[in-house]
This record gives sequence, structure tokens and C-alpha cells, in this order.
Amino acid sequence: MSSQQSDAFGPRKPAEQSFFERLNAYFSPREIVDTSPRVSDEVRYTTCYMCACRCGIKVHLKNGNIRYIEGNRDHPVNRGVICGKGASGIMQQHSPAKLSKPLRRIGERGSGEFREIEWDEALATAVDWLSAIRSSDPKKLAFFTGRDQSQSLTGYWAAQFGTPNFAAHGGFCSVNMAAAGMYTLGGSFWEFGEPDWEHTRLLMMFGVAEDHDSNPIKIGLSELRKRGAKFVSVNPVRTGYSAIADEWIAIRPGTDGLFVLALIHELLAADSIDLDYLVRYTNAAWLVIQAPGASDDGLFARNEAGEPLVLEASGSLANAASTDVTVRIVGDARLPDGRRAVPVFQLVAERYLDPSYAPEAVAETCGVSAETIRRLAAEMAEVAFEAAIELPVAWTDWAGRRHETMRGRPVALHAMRGISAHSNGFQTCRALHVLQMLLGTVDVPGGWRYKSPHPKPAPPGPKPAGKPEQVAAGKPLPGIPLGYPMSPEDLIIDGDGRPARIDKAFSWEAPLAAHGMMQMVIANAAKGDPYPIDTLFMYMTNMAWNSAMNTAETIRMLTAKDPATGEYRIPKIIYADAYYSETVAYADLILPDTTYLERWDCISLLDRPIGGADGPADSIRQPIIVPDRDVRPFQDVLIEIGARLGLPGFSTPEGEPRYPGGYPDYIVNHERRPGVGPLAGWRGLRGDQPGRGAPNPDQLQRYVANGCFWKYALPADQLYFKHANKAYLETAVTMGLIDSPQPIVMQLYVEPLQSFRLAAQGHGSIVPPAEHRERIETYFDPLPFWYMPFEEARIDRDAFPLHAVTQRPMQMYHSWHSQNAWLRQIIGYNHLVVNRITGHALGLKDDDWAWVTSHHGRVRVPIRLMDGVNRDTVWTWNAIGKRAGAWDLAPNAPESRKGFLLNHLISELLPADGGYSYANADPITGQAAWYDLRVRIERVAPVEAGTTAPSFAPLRSLPSFRPPPAILRYGADQRRGGAS
Amino acid sequence: MYPALSIVFFTTASGAGFSLLLLVGIGAPLGLLPQSGWFGFVALVVAIALAGAGLGSSVFHLGRPERAWRAFSQWRSSWLSREGVLALLTFLPTSIFGVGWVFFGAIRGFIGLCGVIAAVLAAGTIYCTGMIYASLKPVHQWHNGWVVPGYFALGLMSGLLTLGFIIRFWVLRATGLALFTVAMVMIAWWIKERYWLFVDTTSARSTVASATALGSRGRVRTLETPHTQENYLLKEMGFKIARKHARRLRQIARLAGFVVPALGSLAAAIAAGAPGIVLAGIALASAALGLIIERWLFFAEAKHTVSLYYGADAV
Amino acid sequence: MTSVPAQLPAQTKLGLVIDLDICVGCHACATACKEWNTGGHSAPLPDFDPYGESAWGVWFNRIHSFEEGEGEGARTVHFPKSCLHCEEPACVTVCPTGASYKRAEDGIVLVNADICIGCKLCSWACPYGAREFDEDAGVMKKCTLCIDRIYNDHLPEQDRQPACVMVCPVNARHFGDLGDPDSDVSRLVAERRGRDLMPELGYKPVNKYLPPRPGRMAPAVPLAANIPRAETSSGDKLLRWIDRMLSR
Ligand SMILES: Nc1nc2c(c(=O)[nH]1)N[C@H]1C(S)=C(S)[C@@H](COP(=O)(O)OP(=O)(O)OC[C@H]3O[C@@H](n4cnc5c(=O)[nH]c(N)nc54)[C@H](O)[C@@H]3O)O[C@H]1N2
Ligand SMILES: Nc1nc2c(c(=O)[nH]1)N[C@H]1C(S)=C(S)[C@@H](COP(=O)(O)OP(=O)(O)OC[C@H]3O[C@@H](n4cnc5c(=O)[nH]c(N)nc54)[C@H](O)[C@@H]3O)O[C@H]1N2
Ligand code: SF4
Ligand code: SF4
Ligand code: SF4
Ligand code: SF4
Ligand code: SF4
Ligand SMILES: [Mo]
Repeated sequence: MSSQQSDAFGPRKPAEQSFFERLNAYFSPREIVDTSPRVSDEVRYTTCYMCACRCGIKVHLKNGNIRYIEGNRDHPVNRGVICGKGASGIMQQHSPAKLSKPLRRIGERGSGEFREIEWDEALATAVDWLSAIRSSDPKKLAFFTGRDQSQSLTGYWAAQFGTPNFAAHGGFCSVNMAAAGMYTLGGSFWEFGEPDWEHTRLLMMFGVAEDHDSNPIKIGLSELRKRGAKFVSVNPVRTGYSAIADEWIAIRPGTDGLFVLALIHELLAADSIDLDYLVRYTNAAWLVIQAPGASDDGLFARNEAGEPLVLEASGSLANAASTDVTVRIVGDARLPDGRRAVPVFQLVAERYLDPSYAPEAVAETCGVSAETIRRLAAEMAEVAFEAAIELPVAWTDWAGRRHETMRGRPVALHAMRGISAHSNGFQTCRALHVLQMLLGTVDVPGGWRYKSPHPKPAPPGPKPAGKPEQVAAGKPLPGIPLGYPMSPEDLIIDGDGRPARIDKAFSWEAPLAAHGMMQMVIANAAKGDPYPIDTLFMYMTNMAWNSAMNTAETIRMLTAKDPATGEYRIPKIIYADAYYSETVAYADLILPDTTYLERWDCISLLDRPIGGADGPADSIRQPIIVPDRDVRPFQDVLIEIGARLGLPGFSTPEGEPRYPGGYPDYIVNHERRPGVGPLAGWRGLRGDQPGRGAPNPDQLQRYVANGCFWKYALPADQLYFKHANKAYLETAVTMGLIDSPQPIVMQLYVEPLQSFRLAAQGHGSIVPPAEHRERIETYFDPLPFWYMPFEEARIDRDAFPLHAVTQRPMQMYHSWHSQNAWLRQIIGYNHLVVNRITGHALGLKDDDWAWVTSHHGRVRVPIRLMDGVNRDTVWTWNAIGKRAGAWDLAPNAPESRKGFLLNHLISELLPADGGYSYANADPITGQAAWYDLRVRIERVAPVEAGTTAPSFAPLRSLPSFRPPPAILRYGADQRRGGAS
Repeated sequence: MYPALSIVFFTTASGAGFSLLLLVGIGAPLGLLPQSGWFGFVALVVAIALAGAGLGSSVFHLGRPERAWRAFSQWRSSWLSREGVLALLTFLPTSIFGVGWVFFGAIRGFIGLCGVIAAVLAAGTIYCTGMIYASLKPVHQWHNGWVVPGYFALGLMSGLLTLGFIIRFWVLRATGLALFTVAMVMIAWWIKERYWLFVDTTSARSTVASATALGSRGRVRTLETPHTQENYLLKEMGFKIARKHARRLRQIARLAGFVVPALGSLAAAIAAGAPGIVLAGIALASAALGLIIERWLFFAEAKHTVSLYYGADAV
Repeated sequence: MTSVPAQLPAQTKLGLVIDLDICVGCHACATACKEWNTGGHSAPLPDFDPYGESAWGVWFNRIHSFEEGEGEGARTVHFPKSCLHCEEPACVTVCPTGASYKRAEDGIVLVNADICIGCKLCSWACPYGAREFDEDAGVMKKCTLCIDRIYNDHLPEQDRQPACVMVCPVNARHFGDLGDPDSDVSRLVAERRGRDLMPELGYKPVNKYLPPRPGRMAPAVPLAANIPRAETSSGDKLLRWIDRMLSR
């Protein structure tokens, strides 16, 4: 089609026109349509940050404004598409709620009274506060960062500062997925693995509404459905992805573990499992000591060198790593000391063949019929074993054996927060991984695949730093304060077994809290439990609102004072946000950040990278727009504070800043290990070394020239079996992704869990205090099992008969999009959605208002009825409700008048059970159990309807805020000619 | 449909105005009306004022009133354009007729012909106004056979009532006209009742299922609307009126629009002089109120197919 | 001379095909449309009271959600809707000014904002709610089928598509010539039995909707029928594996 001008009435020359035609042309002149306007003056590439999916974008600039933001077709993450948020980036940039200058609190905390200050004063204040802490007791700084992907910088900074009290948002997010995966597979769901979209024939998705991989999942689902593969969604709610599923399993929340174990039961009963795969790639054949009461009961039988053993066909023992043996998977082994040991597989089979896991036995609990469970198991078996696929690609395994093809069982599983946000999420996620292993479908064609830089050894190396003896005035920690404990020795506790971190992560409350327990920081700090802190330093997380459990109480805690001294219980709060979020009002010092279009950023392999199953990748953001306010990129600020504090990682021995060029300088020149830095692309002086190499001064330019990302495409023979693929493992070592080319053995049976259990039985030098023992012993089962989520188990289930969960809306990112003029039109407030039959029984209809009550509190909400939701479940969109006045919205905005948070109903502590109140979290990882919530609903009297409750006094507007425009006419200047 | 007052007023006023013109344009040349120039002056001024005010208010309703003149171009397809053209054309013979009658006392021959032409054009204008609505397929309550007759009948009724009031200042009794008016009111009432019956007992063929091309699995219901706040479509076309409310308003419309004008006209048929003027005036004023309510309901009760996308099962 | 151009044989009918089977309701096409068009041919697409109580604005594309059926058998259907570029568009014929018109060469229905008087009649005449009144400028606006993209020489060939089509992450939106029976979109419509919205009104929409496909339940061969189930009595349930020798 060519460029042309339009003619409303067909092509005719004026000369041929009749009088009427000419008269008409006077009254009704034809429109001259410019079908080929110039789109932009300039196109700049960067990385979207309207959410953490991190798509590649092209920003079109025209007349100095953003004309249009579109996806970058070449980008590995989004391949040209963007989402509803990404396409609304213009309105994020034009948000009236952008902070514009550093602020110092002048009124009471929460009053929103601030004084604008200069950056000099802001930095001096921060340095002043922090240096006092560092030179006395570094753990009095709690540094918690939220949504961003600079965790490798912030974690490093915390370690340099010397505080163990660092975490990012994983603890309230999905550490159950991360930990279960890392301890089991050396990779995980979340954003660290993906289905083989191209080859899978059956995808089962558990508890996913949107996930971090927003666009990749959508692109993948589209391809999968186009190919005619089957997509099953296991989710109590049928929206979004579930809406397009071939089959929807309306499971009752918190019961997936049982459902999956029933599938496993079926597959085992029918012997529809891949024994070869199990023996080759998992610890199925490893021998487990059977010596009840002994200090090594349930640990692997090992030789003197500490290597696990297997039982040979001949009956003798062999090193599990040897490849020239034929092993048994069932049968008693006698250890040299005469004790009994059995292969892991035998334990698996014994446990899950038990009739208590039969479909009939679980159907009622799960709300899924036995028939459906049986059919799904049959389908999985059929696809895995009758429809196995074979790619004609030769590869060599870790032992040097060549395989002519890559054989795959095209059943893929994917799971996210519907699994993780329960107090049984770790074990449920483990059950999913066991199912994957039994089917032989991890990193095979058609299965679930590791995303680079995974796989890592399971569990991966680093243990958390920050034990009491590692924390000392003026000294950095010997490592990053987050990691993977292997045994009680690795816990961050004091000599009496009490937590040594402010969030109690890595204590007996949550030994494997690999991401920390951010949700507990404010509550613990306000109570001074386990100890008081001096400064709470937060970055990019709205902890006074939607990421708080028990929001109203959290707000009180932030403003609570010690009656004795009149001082705030949390004496100082520093916060870095880019916008006027609810949390800003509760800080004493505000460090205003830039927007994502105004700064350098780095999406690093050291962090949460954008790698795919087809190879490692990372990316950057470059400044596209010059800020029109007095704001600074937070990373620059952090690096500068680090330098001024004299942190060794940020200043030279001479006391000069190590990265005078700020964050871009750090991105290019920082080396975590020799040759390994924030960016993996174009390393080495000539920029020709992928992964590992000396810093390259031109690195950022190379990224910019390549659309701001780097991707290393693995060759075909390295695309699968990465855990055992010689060529891949060697590549990964060269690139610095892993340390040794040893195969990564998947852990059907997780020995570290048993080591905690043994401690609970009183073995070893570090044992849990008595009150924690039963809990540790129960939940640290090295094989997955199901237990009722804690809240459900402890409350009166008849009084709170319904489950209540939230879902991510695809077009809003947590709290931060209500300031977006376009997105807030789409969802200005949320409803509580109730199953139609359940709702009718309660006398509810659409747009009624109701009280939702949990054991902890109540919220008044508007109601909507829906068929596609489990009968015992109610749900709502997450983080739509806003505090009046926040985000520079009008105080009567629907977000605060009708929009609500379920968070008010969620207690950060479990109902006390025998005196001790545990966190409302998974007992293994400390993952916040958002979705364990149980409620009842009652219709409100009409007089009460119309507004939500609880409601809070509106936040005061900031000094720099101007009255928002009555009409936005974005783009008016683009109209050619203008209206006549 | 949102009952914009400007449009409610426009359709009622211009209906009355053009009907009055029609009656006078035919009635005067045929000698059925007072031949007085003053009478002609008053009747025509009132007619033109009503029609003009109606048109004016419809211009006021436009987003770009200064461009209203462009609306005359699409008479080939647009009933709105036709209405505009005819309305404008009506003023030409009306002026000749008016000038001839008022200033030259001529009422027959060419001048009379102009009156008749004006009457025909006025009738055409009323027809076009009706057709603007009757042609809109998305609105079942408009796209039906009762709308154009309704416009005519209600227009004629209001024209007759107006005429019946004015004429009293020139004649002592107007029994024939009053009885004719009563008949017209009864006809209009009957049409309106039939219209109401029609809209109460039928609905459009379009349903939420046909609007979405869904339904093979069963009932189709709105789960979420695109935006949580109202948009133009809802403000303009999503207007809803409670049944109870509508029923009450209909009673008022019946009473004020038909019962009182009919009784008033009947009484006026016997009455003479001042009481006649008062009775005719009451009949007219009451009818004006009734018709405004009737016209408001005509909009408020009309359901646009777009509401099928916003929660309605049927329209 | 008629208000809607006469249909020629082999008339080009540009339009969209929307796949209800795969749309996840993400609103990307809605905001991408807003973003492109607010600086495009019909610029701007204003927003009123943008940070206040009743924010609303001009959008050319909106995403609805419906439920079809009852209980667990119900299906949630996300339903994007923009102008359908009808072949018999009463929105054009009712227009008193000719501001609303259908292009002869490709069938795109547009509004000439320079002569529109803002009478709103076209929005009443559109059964689908595809017209959007710009209260600020006092004129009607609507989906332009991205007329300033699809022929745009400044864009690379593959980008000459409507913004909403380009952006859709699940590829639920297709653009093409529905007048050409051999076009990809026409084939898709034929294959998937694409449907008209409210065909009973006779507007003959060019845009087509592909209905959701029925879910595919399993070829329910019970697992037990496939493979003989081992003894389940607890004592010997492991027996069948006892002699399995496997090498690594
Ligand atoms: N009820 C319920 N509660 C939940 C969840 C749930 O499912 N249900 N989910 C939980 C989960 S998984 C998570 S991850 C948390 C998320 O909760 P939070 O971590 O609180 O996330 P956001 O609301 O996105 O807050 C991010 C903050 O970063 C700010 N910000 C945005 N861009 C920038 C920037 O460029 N620079 C800086 N410095 N700041 C910026 C925003 O203004 C906002 O204040 O919520 C948790 N809360
Ligand atoms: N657009 C958008 N994208 C986002 C975010 C956002 O705010 N907006 N947030 C990002 C963040 S921080 C995170 S953590 C991810 C989370 O991404 P998701 O994992 O998709 O998170 P949720 O929206 O919490 O979805 C949880 C799903 O699990 C279901 N569910 C709840 N309980 C159960 C259960 O017991 N079993 C099963 N099977 N399902 C259950 C819920 O109905 C819901 O559909 O999304 C990220 N992506
Ligand atoms: S998913 Fe959307 S918001 Fe998130 S990075 Fe991609 S385009 Fe941006
Ligand atoms: S969808 Fe509406 S606006 Fe578009 S052409 Fe059809 S009738 Fe006109
Ligand atoms: S609003 Fe504009 S385009 Fe619509 S009918 Fe009136 S003049 Fe025509
Ligand atoms: S074709 Fe263009 S104008 Fe129409 S809905 Fe799509 S993006 Fe919007
Ligand atoms: S972008 Fe695609 S999937 Fe998203 S709402 Fe639009 S059509 Fe549906
Ligand atoms: Mo999260």
C-alpha cells in the first residue's frame, strides 16, 4: 500500500463535479489525511521499568517530548510487544506525584509536613546518621529495598556497611519458589525458569495471574495455543491467563500440594515415571541412612570423602558420582557400620503410594474431583511417555558420553505466587519439582527449562553473612547478608539461639529465609525485638501501605514513640522514592529518585537478570530525558554516601570515591570477582569477551549501540540438559556463571532440611530452643508433604468460611500506577469478587457493599459476583486501594473512597498458639503467607454503603505540588494544521 | 439515552412551532382562521419563535455551534441535515406568506400558496425530526413505527393548543377548533399509549449475546467494564431510569399532557371570552409541561445497544 | 454521489480480526492505541479530571470482560472493542455535515474534525459504542485504524500496522484486507468462523471476532488402562522396581 490522500467520495476530478458536488465540497470539504507523518525526531532505546519484566523499548522523541513508546522487536524479553503499563510510560513520566527535591520532615511523622532541602544537606544528614551507626553498631541500620533490580549493588553496599539487616522484597514476594527451586533444582520458577514454549505439549500452570515475565508468558501462551498444545490452569480464579486455558482447575487455595502429590501417587501407581532420568540427573538412587534416633538418621550415606553413595546392582556401595555403575532404586543397603540405608526413590515411592494420597482421599480437600485428578495424571503420562519428542541435536553429557538426540517429555509446569504465598508454599513448590523430576521433564525439550544464569548447584553456594561475630563497628561483612543455609551452623542467630537479624530471617523462625523477611522489619523494629535499631533505610518499597501486612497497625508502628524518651521507636527513617507514595509521609529524610527514563540502570546477571533458557542476557537503562526537577538517581546517591562513609567497596584507601562517575562508572568498573562485573556483555578491553573479562571503558556505548541489551545465544547443543551438559557447563564456567563444570544433581530428597530436623531432635551443637523444636521437626521434611495452611488450621473455620486472595491486574503495577492518568481510568477502585452461588446464599448482588472480616480486622468493600471462582474463595485486584492524598490524587479519588486493600485483614503474626506468635509465614523460608487469609462476608446496611473502611486522614500535599490540570491534552501539539 | 434538556426542549418547541405554522399556513388561506393581519402576525411570530428557539437550543447543544451551517450539506442521507434544510426552507415561504398577510392583507393566491407550501415544508420538518430518531437502529425505543406518528400527533396537538389559545384573542368562541383539539389530544394520547405499550412489551433483537458474538456456552454477563469510572458512552448512552420513577413520570405526563389539555379544551369549547382564554391557557400550559416530561422520558427510557456492553442483557 | 461510497467489486476493506480465544484482557492494545493516537491523526485524546474523582478520557479501544455460561463450565472472555469500520455505517449516513465519512479506497471510517459540529448523532447511530466525543475540542473522534501508521513511509514496512495490533502480546489482533478473500485475515476468519457483532442491525462490520474455542479435555484414556497398575497392597508395592537396574 502506498501513501495517499483520502477522498471521501471516491476519486473524481473537480472538472467532472456537478454543481451539487461543488456546493457540497464547500460545506463539507474533504479531509486531507496525512497518512505519512513524520513519527519522531529521534528514537532512543532503553529498558522499560513500568514493571520488573524489563522489556526492551524504543522511545520516540518529537519536539522534545515523548511521542510514543514501543517495544523493541530485537529484544529477547518482549520481542517487540509491550504491555498496557509499558505503553502508558508517557503518563508515568508526566505524573504530578513525582518528587522534586530532597525533603526533611518538620511536622510529626505522618503529618506530611516537609521542608525542601538541598542535596548537600540531604547527603550530609544521611552520612551523619549512618556514620554514627557504622562506627558504633552497624546492625542498627536496617536497609531494605523493594521492587528494583539493583539488589547486587544494594546488597553489596549493606555488606560493605557491615549490617546484617539487609533484604530485598523476596521475603514478602516469592522466596518459597526461589528457595524450593534452588534447594531442589538449582533453578526455580519465578523468573528463573520457563516452559519450553516452542515444544511443550501440555502446560500446567499453578497460581499465576501475571508474574514477572508478563510479556514472555503471554507470547509463549500464544505460541503454545497456536500449536494446539494443551494449557491447564490450576487457579481458584478464572481470569487472565486462566481465561484462555483449555482446562481450568478451580482448586481450593492452599491445597495444591495435596493435589500434586495425588498426581504423583497416580503416576507412581502406574509406574509412569522416568526412572532413567531420575537415576541419571537426580539423587533418586542416593542412599539415605535409616537409623531412627541417630544423629545422622536421614542423611545421605557417604564415603570418607563425604561423597554420597549408591547401591550397585551387585549389592555393593559405589560413589554416586560414578557413571560406570548399574544402580538399584529400591532395596536395602548395608553400610560398612552395619546400618541400613535405602535409596531416595524408595522413600519417595513408599510415601506417595500411600492411600492417603489417592485421588479419592484428597478430592474433597482440594475441591477437585478424583476423576479429574486421575484424568490429568493420565494425560501427563500420555504426553510424557507416548508423545515424547526427540530433537535431532547431538550433545555430550558431563561424563563425556555422546547422545545423538535430545529427548524430551513435553510436559511443562509453571507456578508462582498462588503456590508461594501460602505457609505451606515451600513444600508445595517442592512437590511440583518432584513431579517434574519423576516425569523427567526438567530442562528437556518440551519441559520446564532453566533460564540463564541457572542452573546453579542445588543449593547454590553462598551462605548468608551477618552472624553476630561477623558484625563489628567500622567493618564490612565477609559476604552478602543473604544466602542459602545448609545446616544449623549457617543460621544468623546468637549464642542462645535468638534471631540476630531484625527481621528474624535465618533464625529458627525461618531458617531458610533466603531473601530475608522484609514484611517483619517495621513490626520488629517498633517492638525492639530482637533489638532496637537506629535507622530504617528503605528504597523503592511502599512499606507503609500495600507491602505491609496489617497496614493500619504498621502506620501506627512507624509513628509510635517510646513514652519514656518521647523519641520515635524507630528513631530515623530514610526513604528513597521517585513519587509521593504513602510511605513518603513516614520518613524523616527523603531522597527523591529519578524516573526510569531519566537514569542509568543495570539489569545484571549478578541480580535478577533477563537471561532466557537460550542463553544469558543482561541490559541497561540509559537516560532519555533530562529531569526537570532537583532529583538524583538513587544508585548515584548510594554510591556517593558509600564513598563519604569510607566504605571500602566505594572509596579508595586514600579516601577518594572509588566511582567518581557514579553508577555508570560502577556498572562498568566494579568487579565482584576478577573479570565478573555488573554487566556481562562486551567485557575485556576490546569488548570481545562475553561473561568474564576486564572492564571495558566502552561497555555502555556498546550496550546503547545494541539497543541497550546483551544476549549470548547458546549453541543448539547447549540448549537442554544444562545441568548435565558438558559443553554448557564449560561455557557457564568460562562466563563466570558457575564455578565448576560438575553436573548439577537435582535433589529429590533435600538433605539440608533433614539436618535441621536432626537439630530439632537434639542432635548437634546448634539446636533450636525448646519452643521451636516441634515446629522444625514437623516442617523440615526432606520429602514434600502437605499440611493445612497455618491461619486456616488455627482459626474457627466455620466463623471464617472463605479464602481471600488477591491477583495482579495486568495493567497496574502494585501501588505505583494509580498516579498514571491513563491506567487509573482502567481501574480506579476494586471489588471483592464472590462466587455467584456463594454470593446469592449470602444475599449479595453486584455493587452491594459488604463487610469482610478476618480473625484480625474488617474492611468494607463493594461486591461483584462471578461464576469463574472457586466457591469457597473470594478475590480482588491487588494494591488498588490508596491512601487519600497520596500519589497527588484528589482526596475524593475512587482509589481511596472505594478502593480497598485486603492487607488490613492480614495479620503479620499468626494467632498465638501456646504463647508464642510466629510470623504469618512459611515455617521454612519465612515467606509471607498473604494468601492464607480466611474471611467471612456480611452485607452492609444501605446507609453504610458507598465508601470503604477503614479510611485514613488524607495525606497533605507536598510543597512543590501544583494543582493538577483539569484537562490533559497530551499530544495536542502534534496535531497538524489544528482545528479550524 | 441521556435526556439533554436542550434537546428535550428543542424537539418539543420546534414540534409545536412547526405544527402551528402548518395549521396557520393551511388554515388561513382556506379561511378557517381569523383573517386579521394582527392575528397572522401573532400566530406566525409565535410559530417562528417556537421553531426558532427549538433550533437555537439544538445549536446550543452542539460541540461547535459556530460550524452549525455545515449541517445543511448532507440532506441526501442525513435526517438531521434534511431537518435543517427543510426548517430553513420553511422560513422562505413563511416570510412571504407572513409579509403578504400582515402588511398587505393578502391571504389567497400566491401568498396563500406560500402559506400552503410553508405548511407542507413544516410538516416535512416535523417528519424529519421524527425520522432522526426513528432511523436510529441502535435504539429500539426509537427505531419503530410509533415514533414518527407520535411526533406528528404530539406536534399537532401542541400546535392546536397554541393556536386555540391565540385565537381566543380574536374570536369569542372557537368550538370547532377546541373540539378538533380534543380529538387530536385523544389521538396523540392513544399513540403515546401504544408507544409505551410497545416499549414495555418488546425489546430489541440485539442482546448481549449478539453484541458479543458469544453465548454458545450459555448466558453472557458483563464481568468487568473497561474502565471503573464513567466514560462518554455511558454518560451519553448509558443513562438509566428506574422503572418506578418512569412510571410515576408517565402518570404525570398523562395527566398534564393529555387529561388536563383534553378537559381544558373541552371546557374551552363551551366557554367564551376570558374564561375561554384562561381554560385554553391552562390546557396549553399543562400540555407544555406534560410534553416536556413525555419528551424527557422519550430519551430517558430509550436504551442504546451500547449498554449491552455495560451490563444490560437486553435493550 | 452517496454518503457511503459504493462498494466496488474487490473492494478493499481494511479492518481488524480479534481472537477472543486468546485475548487475556491485558489492556495493552487500549493504552497503546491511546498513546499512539493522542499524538496522531486525531490528536489529542484528552483526559478530564485526570487525577480526580471521576477521571475519564477519550479512548478508541476499550477492553470488556464477560462471562459465558454458568458455574465451573463458565468461561471468562476478554473482549476488546474499537470501531468495526462497518460497510453500512449509519454513523456516516446520519452525519449532517459529512464530517463522518468512509473512505472509498480502503473503507476506513473517519471523522474530519475540522468540520465536525459535535452534534453527537453519529455516536447515537453507532450500535457498538465506537465513537468518542472530545468534550474539550467539541468534536467527535474515533479509531482511525491508525491511518497514520498503516501507510506511513517513515515507518519500516513491518511497523505499518495499527498500534493495537503491533502491541498485542498474544497476537490476538490481526490487521488486513477483509475484502480480499485470499488475505491472511480472510483465511483466518474462514477457518475460525469469524463472526460479526450484532449482524441483525445490518451494519456489516468489517472487523471480525473469532469465537473462543471449546476447551480440550483429555482423550480420557484412564492411566490404569494404559499401563497395568501394580499391586497396591502395602507390602509389595515396591516389588516391581526391585529388579530395575539402571545405569547413570
Ligand atoms: N494483599 C497483598 N499484599 C501484597 C501482595 C499480594 O499479593 N497481596 N504482594 C506482595 C508482593 S509479592 C510484593 S513484591 C509487594 C510489593 O510491594 P512494594 O514493594 O511496596 O511495591 P510497590 O507498591 O510497587 O512500591 C514500590 C515503591 O517504589 C516506588 N518507585 C517506583 N518507581 C521508582 C523509581 O524509579 N525509583 C524509586 N526510588 N522508587 C520508585 C513507588 O513509588 C512505590 O512507592 O507487595 C506485597 N503485598
Ligand atoms: N501487571 C503486574 N505485573 C506484576 C506485578 C504487578 O503488580 N502488576 N507484580 C509483580 C510481582 S512483585 C510479582 S511477585 C509477580 C506475581 O505474579 P503472580 O504469581 O501471577 O501473582 P498473583 O497476582 O499474586 O497471582 C497469584 C495467582 O494465584 C492464584 N492463587 C491464589 N491462591 C492459590 C492457591 O492456593 N493455589 C493456586 N493454584 N492458585 C492460587 C490467584 O488466584 C492468582 O491468580 O507479578 C509481578 N508482575
Ligand atoms: S511487562 Fe510492560 S511494564 Fe513490564 S517491562 Fe514489559 S512493557 Fe514494561
Ligand atoms: S463501528 Fe460504529 S463508528 Fe465504526 S463504522 Fe461501525 S457504526 Fe461507524
Ligand atoms: S458529531 Fe460530528 S461527525 Fe458526528 S454526526 Fe455530528 S457532525 Fe458528524
Ligand atoms: S486501529 Fe489504531 S486507532 Fe484503531 S483501535 Fe487500533 S490502535 Fe486504536
Ligand atoms: S493487547 Fe491483545 S491480549 Fe491484550 S487486551 Fe488487547 S487484544 Fe487482548
Ligand atoms: Mo512480588
